[in-house]
Amino acid sequence: MDSEQKSIFSTLDYPLLSGILLVCSLGLIILYSASGENADLLIKHSGRIVIALIAMYVVSQISISTLSTMSLFLYLIGILLLILVLAFGIVGKGAQRWIDLGILRFQPSEIMKITVPMMAAWIMTSHSMVPRGVKIFLAVLSIAVPCTLVILQPDLGTAILIAVSGSIVIFMAGISWKIILAVGAVGAVSAPLVWNTVLYDYQKERILTLLDPWSDPLGAGYHAVQSMIAIGSGGVGGKGWLSGTQSQLEFIPERSTDFIFSVMSEEFGLGGFILLMLLYLLLVVRGFWIGICVEDTYSKLLAGGFSFTFFTYVFVNIGMVSGILPVVGIPLPFISYGGTSIVTLMIGFGILMSISQRIKSH
Amino acid sequence: MSRAGENEIDQHVLEVRFFLILLLIALLSLVLFVRVAYLQIAQHDRFELLSQENHIDRVPLEPVRGLILDRNEEVLAHNVRVFNLEIQPDRIPDLDRSLQELSHLVELVPADIEALKAILKFRPSFERQTLKTSLTDEQVAIFSVNQHRFPGVELKVNLQRDYPYGDLAAHIVGYVGRISVDDREQVNERGEYNGISHIGKTGIESQYEKTLKGEPGHSQVEMNAHGRIVRHLRQELPNSGQTLHLSLDIMLQKEAMAALDGYEGAVVAIDPGTGEVLALASAPGYDPNLFVNGISQSQYSLLNDSEQKPLFNRSIYGQYAPGSTIKGFISLVGLDHGFEHDRKVYCPGWYSLPNSNRRYRCWKRTGHGLVDGHSAIERSCDVYYYNLATRLGIDRLQEGLMRFGFGQKTGIDLPSERSGLMPGMEWKRTARNRPWFPGDTVNAGIGQGYMLMTPVQLASVTAILANRGVAIAPHLLKMTENPITQQPESSVVTEQEQVELKEDKFYDEVIESMRRVVHGENGTARGIRTDMQYEMAGKTGTAQVVGIPQGQSYDEDDTPKQYRDHSLFVGFAPLDDPKIAISVVIEHGGSGSKVAAPIARRLIDYYLLERLNLFASDVDVTTINEA
Repeated sequence: MDSEQKSIFSTLDYPLLSGILLVCSLGLIILYSASGENADLLIKHSGRIVIALIAMYVVSQISISTLSTMSLFLYLIGILLLILVLAFGIVGKGAQRWIDLGILRFQPSEIMKITVPMMAAWIMTSHSMVPRGVKIFLAVLSIAVPCTLVILQPDLGTAILIAVSGSIVIFMAGISWKIILAVGAVGAVSAPLVWNTVLYDYQKERILTLLDPWSDPLGAGYHAVQSMIAIGSGGVGGKGWLSGTQSQLEFIPERSTDFIFSVMSEEFGLGGFILLMLLYLLLVVRGFWIGICVEDTYSKLLAGGFSFTFFTYVFVNIGMVSGILPVVGIPLPFISYGGTSIVTLMIGFGILMSISQRIKSH
Repeated sequence: MSRAGENEIDQHVLEVRFFLILLLIALLSLVLFVRVAYLQIAQHDRFELLSQENHIDRVPLEPVRGLILDRNEEVLAHNVRVFNLEIQPDRIPDLDRSLQELSHLVELVPADIEALKAILKFRPSFERQTLKTSLTDEQVAIFSVNQHRFPGVELKVNLQRDYPYGDLAAHIVGYVGRISVDDREQVNERGEYNGISHIGKTGIESQYEKTLKGEPGHSQVEMNAHGRIVRHLRQELPNSGQTLHLSLDIMLQKEAMAALDGYEGAVVAIDPGTGEVLALASAPGYDPNLFVNGISQSQYSLLNDSEQKPLFNRSIYGQYAPGSTIKGFISLVGLDHGFEHDRKVYCPGWYSLPNSNRRYRCWKRTGHGLVDGHSAIERSCDVYYYNLATRLGIDRLQEGLMRFGFGQKTGIDLPSERSGLMPGMEWKRTARNRPWFPGDTVNAGIGQGYMLMTPVQLASVTAILANRGVAIAPHLLKMTENPITQQPESSVVTEQEQVELKEDKFYDEVIESMRRVVHGENGTARGIRTDMQYEMAGKTGTAQVVGIPQGQSYDEDDTPKQYRDHSLFVGFAPLDDPKIAISVVIEHGGSGSKVAAPIARRLIDYYLLERLNLFASDVDVTTINEA
């Protein structure tokens, strides 16, 4: 291969990049409306996208074998940061999630969504003579530790995403159905225990609210009810950009962050949802396609794991906003304002692009 | 497979798992699609409606309350612009400090601040609250200069009910006050009071509340989730309340209040031809403006606990023994039953019933000698009436007097009028559980004992006499007027009734007797006729407040004020064409001829000469010369 002809952007995967740019553009349009036509907010968000794209580009330059060898190191740094957050973190909205680095406030739990699947994939694909059962145990442990730390913050949404991102890797690595069923059974049995010990009252309330949001439409059910009103009143065609009454008159809580999907659904209707969903599925399917095409098992696990995690974001966010899942703080990827999630997601796509390099180079 | 192979990941299994995950993703995507489509298609109408209800609201617009005018269109109640200080707590960075600084500028009292803080505990912080009402011009100026220091604090112009004549007509016009729990029955009517903060509490303000109130309008507004109005969509303007034209002559009222100054008492003046109430004074008065924005506890106690009872409207609630003022009416009843006016009775200074030792004294201890009906009225002989009442008997007396309205409400258009009391056998049996004694009839003959009349009743029966039997219920409202078109909306139609006597001349005879009270040689009110430019009929009354034991006499100067007699007078003028019928009651005023009668003369003079300009041909010349 002639390195002279290689453009600096050749590391990029164009189907992924175009999908991301389309979602981001749609996101900016929605965010402008959701923020109450706040141009400053839009500029900040665009700034984050640019930073995130740069991060994506940088990560895509790193070869996947390098990333593989760094798995343990990155994972341990992530765990250390989580402990630091618990010890010195900034309290925001009742939970300790942030580390203040002066110029930028940083949420270490986000990083774990990348490093945990890397760690799990690294353990599962390591060539050591350790028995497979021990590997699975270590992989599960590598997921359980950060999840516990994040739950302590408390940030249930992120903990769920970390758990999903790691578990899906173990699942793909071929863990037998017997074990899956056994874990499922243990989970079902221990659910009441989790309900009584792990979950905070507000989290329990959110789950109960999901069952019947209309029982307390001005209290616990307010978020869910107003959000459903917004989506439902949008209809097939939507009320039009900047014309959603639920959105513009601030009936939707957290309308520019976690509940931004309600704004989009109110203003763009079912058509908007289908378009957005197709774009997301384009990214997810492309991610899996890369995973299928690549030879290396570590890359396969990571590509599948990350793509599924990305889909989980979409599913949980839309699910909670439309009232079929309890309200947990998970943003709509690339569209919700704020948080470090956009950078994490871009880094994830950077890794996918790095993996896709490996296909090209073969 | 080798052990090492077992330790490796099976590529085939991996592909199957990839496929399973993609299947799961497809399935979950479908779930989302079905959910969103369910909300947006199947449930669309329901959520569309809910979203409408969420943000569209109706804000009531307060109507302007109707004016109250006197017969000459003098304003008795209107709405004035006042400056109120309003705050919007969520725009104030440091509420405590702002209140602290404001209290120096515009004299906030700690109670105001406490009241505000109490309200803020349960009202949203974006809602405006009134901090202080009716700022003085000076306070408005001081605040305006300093406004920039107080974001979230604003001057707001409001309309506030104002009574320019203050205590002169408080008992008639009444006052409005903030709607309270007591008003809930009235206010509960759907939407009638949307946006209206005040309601008529007493007097005309209460009596004609529905007419004065107006109809609230509303503005359809778009509100955001915090209840803040974003924009107005549609407006339906409120309808102002109607203007009330009263028959009251505020100048005569003023003169009456001046005449009553220093007394506790009442004056009621009626135009006998129409039943229109010209003056309805109760002294002392009170300032109704104090009540509009809620009277302070201390001010209220001052009024309520005062021995002079300024809040008590004596003209319609005060019930007094009418005393001798009713003698003319007893004569009318007597005449109607065949007891002729020129029949003479001997007055030795006392009267006693057959087979009884008890002596009922005449006010004139030495006696009047032989008196007929004319002189009995003129000189107010009690013995004549003890005799007449006894011979009529209580049943005929009661029935006869009730035909004129004794013991019955006059129907004046003011709330809670009292009916007085016309006692009889049946009444005493049920109310007092005791039989009627002949002595009760004797007392009733001079308007004492159980008999009670309100000043408005006295004026009303006097008007019937002046009309020679035509009874018209006294009333204050003349007509209502649309404030926009200035067209009359409704005029008061008065019903007339004739109190039929066997002969019409009976009225003339009694009126002649009452003319002599003022103009006769021995008239008890002859003292008031000096320089009188017209003729009038009248009757004095001096009503005992406490019984005087047998064998004792009453000396006014030795009696503590609360036991002194009430001083009364009724009358009308001019004799041939009555323009004014009047009743005067002065509590513990003593002799009717000395206190009440001169007040009546003063007011009749004022009304006929100054207000109606009757008998005034010479006066004009002087005015022209002076000019």
